[in-house]
Amino acid sequence: MHLKYESFVREPLVDGDKTYHQVTEDIVRPIEQKPGRMWYVGFFFSVILLGFGAFSVFWEVYYGIGVWGINRTVGWGWDITNFVWWVGIGHAGTLISAILLLFRQGWRTGVNRAAEAMTIFAVMCAGQFPIFHMGRVWDGFFVLPYPNTRGALWPNFNSALLWDVFAISTYFTVSLLFWYSGLVPDFATIRDRAKTKFRKRMYGLASFGWTGTAKNWQRHEALSLVLAGLSTPLVLSVHTIVSFDFATSVIPGWHTTIFPPYFVAGAIFSGFAMVNTLLIICRKIMGLEDYITVGHLEAMNKVIVLTGSIVGVAYLTELFMSWYSGVLYEQEAFKWRILGPYWWSYWAMMTCNVVSPQLFWFKKLRRNIPFTFIMSIVVNIGMWFERFVIIVTSLYRDYIPGSWTYYSPTWPEIGFYLGTFGLFFTCFFLFAKYFPVIAIAEIKFVLKTSGESYKNKMEVIDAKSTEEFKHELDHAHH
Amino acid sequence: MAIKKFAVACYDDEEVLFPAVKKVRNSGYKLHDVYTPFPVHGLDGALGLKETDLHVAGFIYGIAGTCTAVGFMSWIFMSDWPVNFGGKPHFSLPAFIPITFELTVLFAAVGMVLTFCYLNQIMPGVKKHVFHPRQSDDLFVVALEINEQVSEQEVTDFLKSTGAVETSIQIAESEWWYGRFDKDEPYQQYKTVNG
Repeated sequence: MHLKYESFVREPLVDGDKTYHQVTEDIVRPIEQKPGRMWYVGFFFSVILLGFGAFSVFWEVYYGIGVWGINRTVGWGWDITNFVWWVGIGHAGTLISAILLLFRQGWRTGVNRAAEAMTIFAVMCAGQFPIFHMGRVWDGFFVLPYPNTRGALWPNFNSALLWDVFAISTYFTVSLLFWYSGLVPDFATIRDRAKTKFRKRMYGLASFGWTGTAKNWQRHEALSLVLAGLSTPLVLSVHTIVSFDFATSVIPGWHTTIFPPYFVAGAIFSGFAMVNTLLIICRKIMGLEDYITVGHLEAMNKVIVLTGSIVGVAYLTELFMSWYSGVLYEQEAFKWRILGPYWWSYWAMMTCNVVSPQLFWFKKLRRNIPFTFIMSIVVNIGMWFERFVIIVTSLYRDYIPGSWTYYSPTWPEIGFYLGTFGLFFTCFFLFAKYFPVIAIAEIKFVLKTSGESYKNKMEVIDAKSTEEFKHELDHAHH
Repeated sequence: MAIKKFAVACYDDEEVLFPAVKKVRNSGYKLHDVYTPFPVHGLDGALGLKETDLHVAGFIYGIAGTCTAVGFMSWIFMSDWPVNFGGKPHFSLPAFIPITFELTVLFAAVGMVLTFCYLNQIMPGVKKHVFHPRQSDDLFVVALEINEQVSEQEVTDFLKSTGAVETSIQIAESEWWYGRFDKDEPYQQYKTVNG
């Protein structure tokens, strides 16, 4: 029946001799068991961080934005750095779930559910920063265009910051819908095999009463494909618009047309690193090594070396353009960026983002799990420094030397950042416990073409000559 | 809402399912539906189902989003509250593009998902009869709608002959209703006829 032929040279996507039932067992088992001690420790620690973050935010809201280290010269500090960093991380999830679906990359099935969850949690974290950066956060709804008693005075639709409001909220909504529409059939799987009444009831609610008729699946496939088609330009637009926050201003160091592609490449770069960080831990703790194979990690490392190189080219282009433009302020901005008091952040960025990912050209290192794990963290540190460099080192020495300053964060800023880690990991721990971390139905769908045991059968067919194969095929149908 | 009688056959391989579906469609029995744990390509064609028009709905929602965004921003800047931004035109289309694009995607995605839920009749709190608990795990379930004139033994024998690994006769609700999955309905009956 399976006319799709895949060469056995291609690595299997699912290791081991699995049946459909075994796939269900493997993925649903962690949900039905009590979580291990590691889970409790991690969850507890995340909640503590979240609590500290909430306290830091409370402090900022109560005493005002002055408790942060930002000042008149450096108006954007850690807050916007963290905002861009988290949004960027989110992009990998959509890339895996949408763009790789359109490109028919089979390996995405093993990692897309967790990556999309990561997207949603990362965007939740990102959203906090611009909201609390507003200062009077209780007036935050002023950014929305609603009929009001001030005229009605509308927001400025020509502002890149308002575009961001629309971009981030749309991105969050669409990612959530895409993720949940994939989860519905898997919730039905958990519901139908649930032993306890409570679990049956809750997953019954979560599965929306899904039964999986042929028509349901036909519509489900149409929905997934169109949502993927919509998410693909969406994810590119979101980081483009984030880069417009900078590029449409007239600040030297920000006012460049290279920003949109450079930001998008950086976002994918950091996002894949975060996916690697999460999945290396997940597959180990939850015993999912057969589904998230070394081949999956290698594929992501290839994306990391590609996007890391794009980012490197962008850094060099920026330097070239600042010299070639002949604009004194541009040249000075880049000189101070490299050699000024923040030289350490520039060189940290260069080392982590441009130099170290080049090691992934070696296949041995791409397939080395501890090395991949360390690199994933190095890349995320590098990408955090990139945003810090772009924001702070473009601002701290502005046009008048009298207003030059040096910016350092205060504890509520650092606490806020740690708090978003708390939020992210609290959500991720709950996700890992209560949600199927691998798309069950999608894995079953690729099992017969890309599973290890099925690929082994292919080796026999591969060895046959074309005439032999055709002869057998003709006779099999009579 | 209608309580009906069903003859249910379970298959453990999609390669058995396809010829079985063909035989069922030719047999004259009334096919209720086929339930699978994952999308089986070609099954909609084998069942004679039309291609879905869901993507057309998505396109219409998207256009609605585009029109809403362009119309709303133009109305605000040209008529409701014109503001002079450095002498630039009130109708500045390039600056409207990002928000227009975002609303197009938002309307299309939200509209499509709601339409998807409506067409499939799914919602939190909705319950449908599950013919076999493993129909979302590893079994492909074919349900035939039968009445009192049909011999249970005969239909069971027929289903067995198509390669079913398990068969049963069930009395159940054929549509959806508001209910909880942890509670069984009192009228439901389930029996296995030996074939």
